[in-house]
Amino acid sequence: MVREGPEDFGSLPIMLPSAHPVAAPDTLGTQPATTPFMPTQRNLAASLRYIAWNFSARTSMIETERLTRRYGQLIAVDALSIRAEPGQVLGLLGPNGAGKSTAMRMIAGFLAPTSGTARVCGHDVQREPLAARRALGYLPEGAPSYGEMTVREFLVFIARMRKLGAEVGRRRFDEVVGWLQLESVLESCIETLSKGLRRRVGLAQAILHDPPVLMLDEPTDGLDPNQKHTVRRLIDAMARERTILISTHLLEEVHALCNRVVILAHGRLQADATPAELEARSRYHGAVSFSAAGSGVSQEMLGRLPQVAAIEVDPLDGRVTVFPKPGARILEPVEQLLREQGLEVSEIQLERGRLDEVFRQITTVQERAP
Amino acid sequence: MSPVNAVMRRELRSFFVTPMAWVFLVIFLVLAGILTFYTGDFYERGQADLQPFFVMHPWLYLILVPAVTMRMWAEEAKGGTLELLLTLPMTLWQAMLGKFFAAWLFIGMALALTFPIWLTVNYLGSPDNGAIFAGYLGSWLMAGSFVAIGACLSALTRSQVVAFVLTAVVCVLLILAGQPQVMDFFSGALPRRLVNALAYLSMLRHFEAIARGVLDLRDLAYFLLSTLGWLIAGVLLLELKRVR
Repeated sequence: MVREGPEDFGSLPIMLPSAHPVAAPDTLGTQPATTPFMPTQRNLAASLRYIAWNFSARTSMIETERLTRRYGQLIAVDALSIRAEPGQVLGLLGPNGAGKSTAMRMIAGFLAPTSGTARVCGHDVQREPLAARRALGYLPEGAPSYGEMTVREFLVFIARMRKLGAEVGRRRFDEVVGWLQLESVLESCIETLSKGLRRRVGLAQAILHDPPVLMLDEPTDGLDPNQKHTVRRLIDAMARERTILISTHLLEEVHALCNRVVILAHGRLQADATPAELEARSRYHGAVSFSAAGSGVSQEMLGRLPQVAAIEVDPLDGRVTVFPKPGARILEPVEQLLREQGLEVSEIQLERGRLDEVFRQITTVQERAP
Repeated sequence: MSPVNAVMRRELRSFFVTPMAWVFLVIFLVLAGILTFYTGDFYERGQADLQPFFVMHPWLYLILVPAVTMRMWAEEAKGGTLELLLTLPMTLWQAMLGKFFAAWLFIGMALALTFPIWLTVNYLGSPDNGAIFAGYLGSWLMAGSFVAIGACLSALTRSQVVAFVLTAVVCVLLILAGQPQVMDFFSGALPRRLVNALAYLSMLRHFEAIARGVLDLRDLAYFLLSTLGWLIAGVLLLELKRVR
């Protein structure tokens, strides 16, 4: 998201960091970095304004600090601290019952935290609930909507609740309806729609007010593969201009959508990394697998390669997986060996790592050691 | 448009989309007629007023208001739309007021549709139309108290049936609070002063004068304050559910 700074910072002797996520006003670049700071009145006011702007620009779009929720003895969410920076699609991953929905409900303001804080665009959800909710588009789990209303009535209701006003409301309505392809069902009752369409109505509701932050609770849960694909494409398109927090227990979703992943289990944060970093934790990361006729002969040879740690053969299809020693690259030596052996390799692949394996590893460790 | 207004309009529309609103209106009007003409001896009294009509209203509301209010929060909690509604940018008060006004206006509509009985009494004689107007106003205020009770108790549960029964029970207790049967029951267990105070909570006691067409400030204050009190309780209940 491109934010605009205040019109005028005056003559500011502060250089912007080059990796700053927001567009810096041109006037700043013309100042030499070595100008000594003179706190004249004009300067002071300007620098205060600059600091305020800079601070607000650096505020995470979604931020939780030791967010905790108890139900009696049960701790549903345990001291969860996450941040989603502008432009990020943050995946909240975890097995069912890990506390994903509870965390989202607290960020959305539906549940009050037992302790800790959550902020949306810098607005504390407890102290400034309305400002936080205005900045947020939220699709609750299962995309609930009023079944007896038509799609048009429902979206008009949301537009009124969001105080969009007649003109803006109509423009956004047309945009969103066109974009989510809801024209043909505008006059249908929501309860008569298919699950996929209902999910799209839920998405329409969430983005109607063009929020900078979007929070989607299991947006593709219970949909068929085609509907999943459609919804994912829509989310992907929305991600270009928004910060999105998306919860899921589907791993393929992480690859398809997220650029960072937070893994929850038993209400606790277990991992916070990019999908690639997670894959790198996998045993399969950097492994080479291949299918070849009569590969049994070569196994011994492969085992002698200095970089190889282990070899596994799939008992069903005879596919061989060669695991490297830590840090070793084995694709080339393996390929060379196979060529030397004169094996007919029908297919060979360098594995990126298996998310499902990492996921299982991360989320089940806790159960064994409570 | 304010959120209160938006919620109210949505609620009203959802009343009329289902057949429930129409069934309610028909039952209300038929029952009002039957109770007035048969039980209330409208003709035999030989008086040109609507007292027998108004006297029956607490009993009418006892059955019909819970039917209108039971779905108010219980249905949203069950269907998951509560999460949608309460994460929109409005306060719990605005949500509560929107829903309350919708149900209250609906009862008002039902009440207004009893106008033929007013035409009838004007055709038969020359009643005090000021007193009749006061009766209608008082009855509508009393309906507000009933609706507020229903709104509060519907927030307590996810089950519409439970909400209906709870509301009806509380309403019947409040109607009968001043009656001898109830007073006798409590007089053994509670101090005399408390029993007398309980009697002042009776809906019938406060509606009696209104039915005759006398608007006493104390009676109006009773209905307005009890409405407000139950709405506050409802909002607190919703807040408690959020924190609990």
